[in-house]
Amino acid sequence: MTKLDKASSFSRRSILIGGGALVVSVGAGISLDTVLSIGEAFAQGTKPPLTPDQLSSYIAVNADGTVAAYFGKMDMGHGLHVAIGQIVAEELDVPFHNVKVFMADTATSVNQGGASGSTGIQLGGKQMRVAAAEARRVLVEMAAGLLSVAADKLVVADGVVSARDDKTKNVSYATMLGGKYFNVELAWNKEYGNGLYAPGKAQPKKPSEHKIVGQPIKREDVAPKVFAQEDFVTDVKVAGMVHGRMIRPPVAGSVPVKVDDSAIKSIPGAQVVWDKGFLGVVADKEWDAIQAADKLKVEWSAVPAPFPNQALLYDHIRKAPARKAKVEKQNGNTDEAFKSAAKVIEAEYEWPFQSHASMGPACALVEIKDGKVTCWSGTQKSHFVQQGLALTLGVPVDNVHVIWKTGPGSYGRNDADDCAMDAAVLAKAVGKPVRLQYMRDQGTGWDPKGPASIHKARAALDASGKVIAYEFLSKGFSRVDVNTNGGHPWDTLAGQTMGVALKSGDGFGVPAESYAFDNKKLGWETIAPLLDRSSPLRSAHLRDPVGPQIHFASESFIDEVAAAVNADTIEFRLRHIKDARDVAVIKAAAEKANWETRPSPRRGQTGSKVSGRGIAYAQRNGTRVAVIAEVDIDRASGKIWARKFTVAHDCGQIINPDGLTKCIEGNIVQGVSRTLWEEVKFDDKNVTSVDWLTYPILDITETPGEVNVVLINRPDVAPSGAGEPSIRPVAAAIANAIFDATGVRIRRVPFSPEHVKAALS
Amino acid sequence: MGAACRKRPLLNFEFRDLNAMSQSITINVNGKDHTINADPDMPLLYVLRDELGLNNPHFGCGLAQCGACTVHLDGQAIRSCITPLSSVGGGKVVTLAGLGTPDKPHPLQTAYIEEQAPQCGYCINGWIMTAAEFLAKKKKPTEAEIKDALSGLKCRCGTHISILKAVKRAAAMMG
Repeated sequence: MTKLDKASSFSRRSILIGGGALVVSVGAGISLDTVLSIGEAFAQGTKPPLTPDQLSSYIAVNADGTVAAYFGKMDMGHGLHVAIGQIVAEELDVPFHNVKVFMADTATSVNQGGASGSTGIQLGGKQMRVAAAEARRVLVEMAAGLLSVAADKLVVADGVVSARDDKTKNVSYATMLGGKYFNVELAWNKEYGNGLYAPGKAQPKKPSEHKIVGQPIKREDVAPKVFAQEDFVTDVKVAGMVHGRMIRPPVAGSVPVKVDDSAIKSIPGAQVVWDKGFLGVVADKEWDAIQAADKLKVEWSAVPAPFPNQALLYDHIRKAPARKAKVEKQNGNTDEAFKSAAKVIEAEYEWPFQSHASMGPACALVEIKDGKVTCWSGTQKSHFVQQGLALTLGVPVDNVHVIWKTGPGSYGRNDADDCAMDAAVLAKAVGKPVRLQYMRDQGTGWDPKGPASIHKARAALDASGKVIAYEFLSKGFSRVDVNTNGGHPWDTLAGQTMGVALKSGDGFGVPAESYAFDNKKLGWETIAPLLDRSSPLRSAHLRDPVGPQIHFASESFIDEVAAAVNADTIEFRLRHIKDARDVAVIKAAAEKANWETRPSPRRGQTGSKVSGRGIAYAQRNGTRVAVIAEVDIDRASGKIWARKFTVAHDCGQIINPDGLTKCIEGNIVQGVSRTLWEEVKFDDKNVTSVDWLTYPILDITETPGEVNVVLINRPDVAPSGAGEPSIRPVAAAIANAIFDATGVRIRRVPFSPEHVKAALS
Repeated sequence: MGAACRKRPLLNFEFRDLNAMSQSITINVNGKDHTINADPDMPLLYVLRDELGLNNPHFGCGLAQCGACTVHLDGQAIRSCITPLSSVGGGKVVTLAGLGTPDKPHPLQTAYIEEQAPQCGYCINGWIMTAAEFLAKKKKPTEAEIKDALSGLKCRCGTHISILKAVKRAAAMMG
């Protein structure tokens, strides 16, 4: 077992305190404003229902005074649990190390949306903050009754409530509530997921009072990882477990028509599970399951080649009918303004399909026993997986327990949810617990992809060079061709292969910025997927869903307009940006990077090796980030080294500056990887990016030498997200730096050496 | 499930023996001998994970492309996902768990904690075990030498900057 205890072993049992204990009333049916007294009401030895309107669904005080925080989201590697622990400890006035955060177990947490949209602190933390504040308020109220001291004359330190004027009058949280449950109703807004909000009557502390929030507290889960003591989802084992492997078609869309198991008969425990397009094997041992999947002879149905020649992908997007079109932002009348333009600047940008390509292919373990289903998964959405399993297996949702375990890092809807469903189908078929891990080619080749897209931008200038109109239109595959989670069979490979029709959703987005132009229009169009079921190119959320695509284009284009009017690109931006926090991040980045004010491209560089600098900025749901890239380019080889980044980041109040800085560094490096290298390759039959050779990512020899992060802390602004915003401007910052260095504009990602070399020649 | 679901009886031990799929093999892992019955062609990774319960090497690709499965064999970092059990012989295998403990950490483990290097942490076997071999052989390496030594390893979360800091810190600790 790991150092991170299981929730069930962490005293969340009914432990009534023995004789002489204070028995107090909190909650149901009794006004919380009533000053309570000993013996006036009942203890909460039994657990209230696990519903969002119960304080006990978020906070428990254990018999030893430690606090358990039950969080309906999970950490995907940024140390979110540390930040949540800080928030809870702060509001409750207990030491940080006395708080343990239990994440995303469907038996102990409510559906707060899972890891989603960089909302871990923004929305998840907001709820935990008000829950912890309410817990403190209730405990102080209890103490007031017990100590016969008015609540406003009490103070709390380290979980002990005492009279401000007489510290001998005191009682601890543990004494009052340890091992019992809060029975306090919260004012739930009736929403599940990210939007869930259920405050109590308490007001959280003022930021000026914060002592734990804002501190650079380290992750306690690093040591178990480096000493190999932490169980990942791949490490979970249960008695009687067998191993599963899936078999995917060589041509996307085809299904097995004949399965010959003669070659695997000698493999111990080998069984085939085949239902329409669903085909998997199990065996007693993992290596045997791999062999069985490899040796099984399958005849596949003949289907038309589903995909266009990859070279024609962007033409396909251009020509495909828009399934949905939406103008999200508009002011003035761009059509009229363009008619009066002295000059029009236009450009078009292209972004490929990209893969999560998680470090390990997804893994899940499903055990079905007496009608109860237990699933261990590395999913980002355990409560949705719970629902998906119930629907896939035809059991009540309450009979499904999803235990979240750390998996190979994921950055949106990777292959984890599909794996959980596949494992469940296998487990049901063979009547044994099944541990399923995909193989590498399935992890990269068959995960839901970040959508490919094109982006058209145009600007109208008057005779003085002033921008009088701006239009930006994205067109691409939907970010929700399959949904953000495996909550419904139509969104999973298991469901789709077994015949449930895809319900492809429509979603894209527009640039998030504050450029004020008199006439402006931002919109998008989505097109139908290339294949309407079980597609290795089905598109879904990949870190900062469609953000890198859109802002690569929009922030490159702003740079193009600045260059066209011979303006310094930052000076040009600041002419038009109206939001003060946007201005602040741009200025902070420029100052830190010692930005030299001049137009691009840079003059006077000769020889093969040239260098340049570029900036891009974006908002994201309240967060602002500006990124300056400094790059070296070898014109002869086309090789780019994104040598140095300066990032100014404003996400409101900072909970943990060290965790935030690491989070930003990861965003930048992954952003460089996606910009320079990443493109899902496919032929007319299937995806051909199936491993690290065919889907290359950034190597450590290409890693930026420096990422300087400027954190702008705004304690009085509610925290917004950080998990994704800083990846958003990376591609444009690099593209703009390449233009600065070479005078050449690269409008298609990735900037691999061959693409760059071709563009420069 | 549909009628196509077929169950196979477990094969008995004698049959497996006759089939010569499994052999009794002894390997030394983290200083301890283990005797197991296994297919000699099976990669070491599955022995470590599934037979010996050593979860630290991870399956990342099965193709020796990422390093998540890295262990030491006689001090050399190898990719256990493609190393057949038969090739281990009497060599000494060390996994991340055998590299150091919380009480006696390897400098790289200390440095990883100090630098808070991992995000998801799934890749760290490759980085730590490869760097451990490198630092054992190369004192006071330059940053370029460290990068070259670690080239080819994968980290998807983008923790490369912290990894470099950690390896440099460990190199300094090791003199």
